Amino acid sequence: MTAVEPRPAALDRPASAGQVAAHPAAGRRRGARGLALVGLALALLAAVVLAAGTGQLEVPPSEVLGSLLHRVGIDVLPLPTHPLGDVTLWTVRFPRVAMAVVAGAALASAGALMQGVFGNPLAEPAVVGVSAGAAVAAATVISLGLTFAGSWSVPLAAFAGGLATTLLVYLLSRDHGRTEVVTLVLTGIAVNAVANAGLAFLLFWSDTSAREEITFWTLGSLNGARWAQVAVVAPMVGAGLLAALALARPLDLLALGDRAARHVGVDVERLRLVAVVVVAVLTAGAVAFCGVVSFVGLVVPHLVRLVAGPGHRFLLPASALGGALLLVLADLGARTLISYADLPLGMLTSLVGGPFFFWLLRRARAGAGGWS
Amino acid sequence: MRPSILSRGGTDAPGATGDHLEARGVHVRLGGRPVLRDVDLAVGPGELVALVGPNGAGKSTLLSVLAGDLTPDAGQVLLGGEPLHRLPARRLARRRSVLPQSQRLAFSFPAEEVVRMGRSPWWRTPHEQDDDRAVAVALAAADVRHLAVRAYPRLSGGERARTDLARVLAQDTGVVLLDEPTAALDLRHQQSVLATARRLADAGGVVVVVLHDLGLAGAWADRVVVLRDGEVRADGAPSDVLVPALVEEVYGLPVAVVEVGGRPVVVPVRRQSEERA
Repeated sequence: MTAVEPRPAALDRPASAGQVAAHPAAGRRRGARGLALVGLALALLAAVVLAAGTGQLEVPPSEVLGSLLHRVGIDVLPLPTHPLGDVTLWTVRFPRVAMAVVAGAALASAGALMQGVFGNPLAEPAVVGVSAGAAVAAATVISLGLTFAGSWSVPLAAFAGGLATTLLVYLLSRDHGRTEVVTLVLTGIAVNAVANAGLAFLLFWSDTSAREEITFWTLGSLNGARWAQVAVVAPMVGAGLLAALALARPLDLLALGDRAARHVGVDVERLRLVAVVVVAVLTAGAVAFCGVVSFVGLVVPHLVRLVAGPGHRFLLPASALGGALLLVLADLGARTLISYADLPLGMLTSLVGGPFFFWLLRRARAGAGGWS
Repeated sequence: MRPSILSRGGTDAPGATGDHLEARGVHVRLGGRPVLRDVDLAVGPGELVALVGPNGAGKSTLLSVLAGDLTPDAGQVLLGGEPLHRLPARRLARRRSVLPQSQRLAFSFPAEEVVRMGRSPWWRTPHEQDDDRAVAVALAAADVRHLAVRAYPRLSGGERARTDLARVLAQDTGVVLLDEPTAALDLRHQQSVLATARRLADAGGVVVVVLHDLGLAGAWADRVVVLRDGEVRADGAPSDVLVPALVEEVYGLPVAVVEVGGRPVVVPVRRQSEERA
């Protein structure tokens, strides 16, 4: 028997490695991704300026920028000429836009993170019922008028509800280190059904003002966002984003499945636990004041993956920026599409995200992965 | 000596060898059924050991126990004298790599990225700077360089198996466990995988391979371990173990053993009744 020795030298001669190692595309790709992030950030800035200036009281972009820069002590651009311009910007528009940025970044990166942890591209906080779980907890607090933690009561309840639901969905839908699409979607249906029943009961049982608060909460809206709320949510989301970025590389490895990830040195149980908590923090942070805003966490990471591949080190920051951009624009649409009406934001995102989800399902089924 | 694909030093370093892998009195029950019973197995540096046996004999289970995936119900596994279950995942990953029987990927990473994942135990260490080189060498050794930019989920079964092998090679550990690495491969790549395993062992590594093909086991292994019903039925040099009486007893099939180049080759013999049918 003669043994075929295909490339025996390669193992023994490191010198030959240098020639094959240089992948010129790799460096260029990294540069392109850096530029893409900068581009997304600039697009976000432009959207923020546009959104802040648009409404019943129009403020031109130069004046919006002027007002922003004036606050930090730079007077190079004109201030708003309208007598109420500056006040409108700083008490109504900016907090609302800031909330859109924070919530959008949180939802999209939570989606990306959740898909990484589940090893399944269809996992999304709203689809699997995490948002609904957070909503039930928040509604309970609103309905009972609990103020155990002042203005933090509702977000705290949403956080606890989100965390519990995330863990529940995770435990229900995992089997032998992976999640089947069917299992995940069915788990989502079950969890959403139970959560909606809970919400229905709370609505039925609450007094009028609480009922109204719960209804608006679940419709999802940035109407009436205040700086105080942004101040509560932003640190949560900021911490969550930093934690998510720290998990980026191990999350890539989790794509191999639990066992193989362990073989290359990932402490899978710990990574999973930390990631699930971060998902809950981000989701709860977003939904606490904005209510249920669906599908941002599904649409944005998918678009990023289509363009730039599944590596989490790019996916997470790009999703955060993209989610912020999407939500700023969606909210702009929500308050300007129909004059003198503030459309529910969650309704708009679902309107766009629903068909997108359907398309993804068809795609997953047709692709190499089939249903699993 | 080190099987390192790159020259590097240190005890907890890429390619560092010297570790013995030893299973002592291992019992495993799965679903109430005993799968491994009192299995002893010791593999030293420089040894290539083939695990063979009929379906359901416990080969993959034993490999899982050796890999640390499965904690035995009784007995223990020692890596360099240390109980396996006491080693943190990352430290273990610097000393042993595992090629699973089949690998699926949740997202559409390119093959080269999958191979690079094998380098993760060395991230945030000085050895990280060797990543590009190690990946390139591993891609070449597993003959998958031309697949580097292709999406892993779109590769064929054999191409995926070789990409996984490249990932294991890139991990660059002294102990290498391969679960049916040749199952999806053509004749030439079967030989080349075993040649690679042989080379790792010759450089001082511990290599354990689960094989179905007794011909490959006979041709490449230093020792052949035959499992039957969760027990070690035989453990020895290929020419001592792969004899007609033993193979017939374990597989329940009449065989002839011929010698090619001083190595035993097992050939099934057709019975008269089958001849007529």
